[in-house]
This record gives sequence, structure tokens and C-alpha cells, in this order.
Amino acid sequence: MARYDRAITVFSPDGHLFQVEYALEAVRKGNAAVGVRGTDIVVLGVEKKSAVKLQDSRMVRKIVSLDNHIALACAGLKADARVLVNRARIECQSHRLTVEDPVTVEYITRYIAGLQQKYTQSGGVRPFGLSTLIVGFDPYTGVPSLYQTDPSGTFSAWKANATGRNSNSIREFLEKNYKETSGQETVKLAIRALLEVVESGGKNIEVAVMTREHGLRQLEEAEIDAIVSEIEAEKAAAEAAKKAPPKET
Amino acid sequence: MKLDTSGLESTSPFFGSGDELCPELSAAPSFSLPLSTDFDEFQKDTKATLKHAKGTTTLAFIFKEGVMVAADSRASMGGYISSQSVKKIIEINPYMLGTMAGGAADCQFWHRNLGIKCRLHELANKRRISVTGASKLLANILYSYRGMGLSVGTMIAGWDETGPGLYYVDSEGGRLKGTRFSVGSGSPYAYGVLDSGYKFDMSIEEAAELARRAIYHATFRDAASGGVASVYYVGPNGWKKLSGDDVGELHYHYYPVTPSTVEQEMAEVAGA
Repeated sequence: MARYDRAITVFSPDGHLFQVEYALEAVRKGNAAVGVRGTDIVVLGVEKKSAVKLQDSRMVRKIVSLDNHIALACAGLKADARVLVNRARIECQSHRLTVEDPVTVEYITRYIAGLQQKYTQSGGVRPFGLSTLIVGFDPYTGVPSLYQTDPSGTFSAWKANATGRNSNSIREFLEKNYKETSGQETVKLAIRALLEVVESGGKNIEVAVMTREHGLRQLEEAEIDAIVSEIEAEKAAAEAAKKAPPKET
Repeated sequence: MKLDTSGLESTSPFFGSGDELCPELSAAPSFSLPLSTDFDEFQKDTKATLKHAKGTTTLAFIFKEGVMVAADSRASMGGYISSQSVKKIIEINPYMLGTMAGGAADCQFWHRNLGIKCRLHELANKRRISVTGASKLLANILYSYRGMGLSVGTMIAGWDETGPGLYYVDSEGGRLKGTRFSVGSGSPYAYGVLDSGYKFDMSIEEAAELARRAIYHATFRDAASGGVASVYYVGPNGWKKLSGDDVGELHYHYYPVTPSTVEQEMAEVAGA
């Protein structure tokens, strides 16, 4: 058999896999990404770096679809993401071919997580430097789901989650403010969460929504701006309400 | 397609590694292929004399209440009837059945293998595999062995989330979805009875009787079919064996022998 390169991901004396932990660091430096699950809708939002002047921003899409009913956003090394997304897309079609059924969100998440894990236990390769947020609808029951994977290859289901830069703050916000929502309310919640860490403005965030009937839809900058203004108006109203009562007494 | 040897792994450790006194556990089980480039012509004469090419009658159809599956139970090698009690309806799992036509060993082994794959799918995905998926798995495996001499003509019948399902799968790699199928040397006779008596709106008893009669008529005319006519029903709660009647007895049930008048007279005289 061919000689493998010396394995890069090996245990440390106190039981850590340093390469995996360094990969998580790379994720922490990546752009913030947030995902929220509603009763009939799932929303993904990603922080966009302020548009470089000459770059054609329409070509840079951070939220991608894996199949008609599944979408993915990620934080971390974008080049690694491209490879992972391609493999996942092939697997979605391969599943359709072998069992004549679209994949479930759980299945493709398990596949992506399995792929990420394989690269932590093979010789001569490094782990993928990204965490993904995967959203979609079950092809038969129509139930929406949100899953997250990370470089170690673990995955879990979430009602709402964030990854990437300042994900802890976003998650705290979501924990405080999450409730079962549907339709536009879910979109607003996702954008509000993202605005905690991103300078406000439609230019700096990219949002996509997915419904059972219409599949994945990227929101236009104008739409996002409109929702952001709505959110800011609500915030201002809340601030005003807080200040008003003491004056009355 | 890559040859699927997953069914050959982790079974018997004894692969005849040559040493009869202390058989060692072989590393990777594999089977050696014959030293021939033309698999279809390989030992064609031997195969022709045995001629157990799908000497059987099996049928299945979908109706209002579910799926009805029926088969005979004769195994023949040329003109020799090797068995009258072969189980030709194979229970893949509690809600899916497969029928056997062609090579008995091939059908039994690959249906068992399919059962394993279906169970693994259930465990991994926390939901039952559909009849569509199961039949596709089997068809893909058979396709990968195309030209190597497998003889399988099977119907996969079951009940899944989308309702009753029926697929015909064969060793050429073909896979057809349908509502009425009959496979085997007795199938033309079975089709005659089945097609003329079929209605979608039948009760379970009516459908079972139709299936039983179709098998009986096929065994009557086809030499390679006989034995016992088994009838199974697949419904929302899984499959259930409804009956297994000897076709000889079925013959006298459908066509009872009426004693002629002369004999009756003599009996009376004896009584008086």
C-alpha cells in the first residue's frame, strides 16, 4: 500500500485534537452567520464584508442551495466550503438516484458531518475550516429543520443558532428573544439577531428565506433595508416608551 | 457500477483457504470469477439441461385494500420435480414481501440481503424505507451483476407512507412500477385469469380468491408449476398469509366429480 503522509490530526497528551481546535478558531474568525427556524419558514442570514468597490457583489453568494428544499450557509474558510458544498450537492442527487427520494435535512447534515469527521481521522489531510448551518424542509412531512455542523464532525438540530464572528453574542440575543414565529416575524428575528454584531444596513447583510412552496429566495437589498428600518423604528419606539412613564408621574 | 460485494462480507469465515485441518479466517472475502471473457456462453450447455429458468408462477396486484401476492411452490430441474414445497414468497420485513422466480438460491440470498439493507436504512434514517427505495436498491445490485448468470425475476410488494407499492425487478437490471404483474413460466395462464377477473374495487376475500384461482389455473396447464398455492395480503399493518391450498385439492374444489346416474342406481340397490 502507498505510504501515508504523517497524520496531521493526532491527539495531544491531554486528549485534545489541536488541528480541530485550530479549525474552530478559523471559524470564529469567519463572518457571522445566523439561522432561525419558524413554523413554516426557515431563514439564513450572513454578514457581508463591506462591498469592495470594484467587485461584482451579485456574484458573491454566501447562502447556497444544496437541492430544491435544502440550503446552507457557513462561517470559516470559504474555499473549503466550496468543496464541501459540491460533495453535498452530488450526494443529494446520488440519493435521489438510488432511492428515488429527495434527501431529508438530517441525512445530508449527517453526510456533511461525516465528511468533516473523515478529514480529522485521515493521514495527510487537515480538517475543513468551517461550520455550516443547514436549513430545509422534510420532503414528505414538510417539517422545517435547522442543523449545525462543525469541523470536528459533530452535528445537532437547533431552533435558532449562530456561528462565526461574535456568535456568542448573537446566540445570547436569540436565547433571550426567541419564540415560535412564522413568516415575516421569523425573518425579522434573524435580521435583528444579526444586527447585534453587524453595522446596520442592507449592504452589510445577506438574507435568504426558504418556504415549503417557494423554495429558497434571496432577499433583495431594498427588502432588507425596509425590514431594517422597521426594526429600527420599533427599537426607537421601545426606547421612547421606556423614557415616557417616569415623566408622567 | 461497482460490484456490490457487501452481501458477501461478514458471513462464513471459512473460504476454503486450502488448509482443511485448520481453516484460518480469510482477510477480505471475495469469489474468483471463471476464466472466461464471455459470461453468457459460459457452460451454456449445462445450464440448458437444467433449465430451471423461471419455471414457476408468481403474481401480485394492487387493489383497493392493498396488495395481494400469490405463488405456487414447485421447483423443477428439467423434467424432474425437485420439490413441491418451496417457499416462493419471501418475507423481507414485516411490511414487505418479495416473490421468487428463477434461481432459488439467487432469489433467497438477494432478498435476505435486501432485508439487511432495509433494516440498516431504518436504523440510520429513523424511518422505514419506501417500496420504491427498496426495489431500487435491489435493482441496482442486480444491474451490477448483469451478465454474470444471476437469474432473478422478482416482485417487491409492500405498504409504505405513500400507500401500497408494487415493483417488478429482474436480473437483467429492469425495474418496472405497476399494478398487476405475473412472473414465471405459468404467467401467461395466470394473466388470463387475473386480467379477466380484476377489478380495483374488490374486498380482501374476493382478491384472495382471484389470486388463488389464477395460480390454480397456471399450475393446471404449466408443467413447471404446482404444489401449493400460497396467498399473502399486504395491508397498512404489514403482510399476512391468507391461505396455502394444495392445487390438487383446489382442482376438485372448483370442479367436483359428480357421480353418474348408473353408479347411483347401483348404490340404491345395494342399500335396499
